[in-house]
Amino acid sequence: MAEVGSKTTRLLLLGLLLAPALVWLVGVILLPHLDLALLSFRERIGPGEFSWSLAQYRTFFAEPLYWDVFVRTAVISVIATGLTLLIAFPIAWTIAKLTRGRVSALLFAVCLIPFWVSETVRTLGWMILLRETGVLPAVLVSLGITDTPVEMLYRDATILVGLVYTSLLFMVVPLYSSLESLDDSLIEAAYDLGGSGWTVLRTVVIPHAAPGITAGCIVVFMLTLGNYLTASLLGGKNSLWFTEQIYTQFITRFNWEQGAAFGFLLLALSSLMVWLGLRLSGQKFADVMSRT
Amino acid sequence: MTAVDLEAKSLLKRFGSHVAVDSLSFAVTRGSFFSILGPSGCGKTTLLRMIAGFIGPDSGDIEIGGRSMQGVPPNRRPVNMVFQQLALFPMMSVGENVAYGLARRGVGRAEREAKVAAMLERVGLPGAAGKRTDELSGGQRQRVAIARSLVLEPTLLLLDEPLGALDLKLRERMKIELKQLQAAFGTTFVYITHDQSEALVLSDQVAVMNAGRFEQVGSPQALYYSPATPFVAGFVGANNRIEGRVSALHGALADVTTPEGWVVRAQIQAAPDGRRPSVGDAATAFVRPEVAVLGRTAADLDRPTIAPGDEAAPVHEGVVESLLFDGANSAVLLREARSRAEFRVALPQTGRYADLKVDERVLFTFAPERAVCFATGGGGTGGGHG
Ligand SMILES: Nc1ncnc2c1ncn2[C@@H]1O[C@H](COP(=O)(O)OP(=O)(O)OP(=O)(O)O)[C@@H](O)[C@H]1O
Ligand SMILES: [Mg+2]
Repeated sequence: MAEVGSKTTRLLLLGLLLAPALVWLVGVILLPHLDLALLSFRERIGPGEFSWSLAQYRTFFAEPLYWDVFVRTAVISVIATGLTLLIAFPIAWTIAKLTRGRVSALLFAVCLIPFWVSETVRTLGWMILLRETGVLPAVLVSLGITDTPVEMLYRDATILVGLVYTSLLFMVVPLYSSLESLDDSLIEAAYDLGGSGWTVLRTVVIPHAAPGITAGCIVVFMLTLGNYLTASLLGGKNSLWFTEQIYTQFITRFNWEQGAAFGFLLLALSSLMVWLGLRLSGQKFADVMSRT
Repeated sequence: MTAVDLEAKSLLKRFGSHVAVDSLSFAVTRGSFFSILGPSGCGKTTLLRMIAGFIGPDSGDIEIGGRSMQGVPPNRRPVNMVFQQLALFPMMSVGENVAYGLARRGVGRAEREAKVAAMLERVGLPGAAGKRTDELSGGQRQRVAIARSLVLEPTLLLLDEPLGALDLKLRERMKIELKQLQAAFGTTFVYITHDQSEALVLSDQVAVMNAGRFEQVGSPQALYYSPATPFVAGFVGANNRIEGRVSALHGALADVTTPEGWVVRAQIQAAPDGRRPSVGDAATAFVRPEVAVLGRTAADLDRPTIAPGDEAAPVHEGVVESLLFDGANSAVLLREARSRAEFRVALPQTGRYADLKVDERVLFTFAPERAVCFATGGGGTGGGHG
């Protein structure tokens, strides 16, 4: 009879159990990225001839368009994350602390509604509302606020609105779970000891919810930074998003080397921002990840 | 007269159709230890939260230190609360917890630290300021919670079953510590509990609460020896309860006869409305286990006299049902011969009668003036067995 607990058997079993995850990790994430990394450090010097170089990265810094779009993408993503946090916090607070049972469930459902339709349809909905001949400009004219319909699409603010709208749920959920676990009597105790609404928020609620806040911000920031559809449809040609640049290099220009370099720059940016976020909030990565 | 720190004026609070606190009026004198004792769900927490300001009364008013608290939010009331689960801030050190209220008042850092150190010293935790709250034992956390409130020098300290979460041994010790702390600080304590022993040991005054009302407010001795209502008699301390009808009156004493014909003589307690039982009324008598004495024979029995010059107290007969050994609180459970009713008698500390056998026939008696009886006819209230 085979010894069930023997070391090789157990290793084999562990290997089998982890196989799907390993295949996924190596095959779908690691290999393509390695290939992309190699690609990004190549330069075409003749038909079918390549050599190692940093040319792709040099182009990025030399060409103001790329640099501008990169910075804009980063800045708008940060603003979108901040706005999402500001809007999601009261929602999560209401669901976690002020309502019970059915009302809580209903509020959650309301946050979920945007996800019942595909991102494309959702974004097209915004376009119907905001384009020059759309609903909102017409309302503004009929209210006498503007003389002629204004084009509300293709601005940074438009992208912001769309991104916040799509991201809300991903912020509400971790915030909700961290606020839910906050004992009501701590809030009451703080209030009882002379705290005002603001100081209780600052000294008790936010420190308790910090892992949830950080988790939500990281998820939303990554989603926003890597968003393609909402940003490109609502931003159009006036307000470019960095993912569009990557797309253009790969698909339109067929310049895979440049696209790969851009991809890595975006990866570096998001890693840097996550690291910064963790440093600033004093959170541990493992702590935060268990909240997502 | 002595100064009053807390005065409630016909306080009323409803939850839907349920009246949680029913037109309560009472006053608590400065520097006293005032307990509110009552069964679960009688409205104790609701009352305390109204005093703290977390919920507003539907009608009535609360005055603290002579000032009406109408419209005053919890953070502006001169009261602090010790929560049942303590509610220490886990994200702060012990020192920061104690300093929290001082910081909110804008007390400077140096002064804050000095006060915190002094306060921790007074509650027996010198040098604990830098510790995390989860490094402390249950009793130490308890003291931090009290220190956090007392450092603000409140007019009134509210405590909602603060010992409820502790194990029995620690609870006994903390009981004594609480009493010493209160005496040392001289702060008025309003203490909630459903544990009658806590209330009796700690308090200057105890209010027994039932269904949103106070049944009786008085010293622990008064509650124990002259309960005002059957509920108080049943709830405070152990008591034998005998129900029947008044068959005879002897001045301040009455004979209560059970349907089976067992006659128990006890002191008449007037109902809160002044009504006294007359012959034929339904009545309930209460006899404390330690008031009764045992004997194997009539000669054995140390029969108390009823009144000077009067005949001796009646002797009852019972059969031993079981022996309840509990150290100093040991007792024997009898069945009264005639009515088969259970009757508990405390065993003497001398160890006499420790050799009683189940089914043994014994005699017992008690001084009628140390037992009480109430007319329970009409709207009489029942109480649980304490
Ligand atoms: N927020 C509320 N909404 C509805 N009913 C409530 C609310 N708070 C308390 N009650 C009800 O009021 C009554 C008194 O509650 P309270 O918490 O004051 O009891 P308690 O004496 O503190 O009991 P315990 O000893 O179990 O803590 C209970 O019947 C309870 O169900
Ligand atoms: Mg309670």
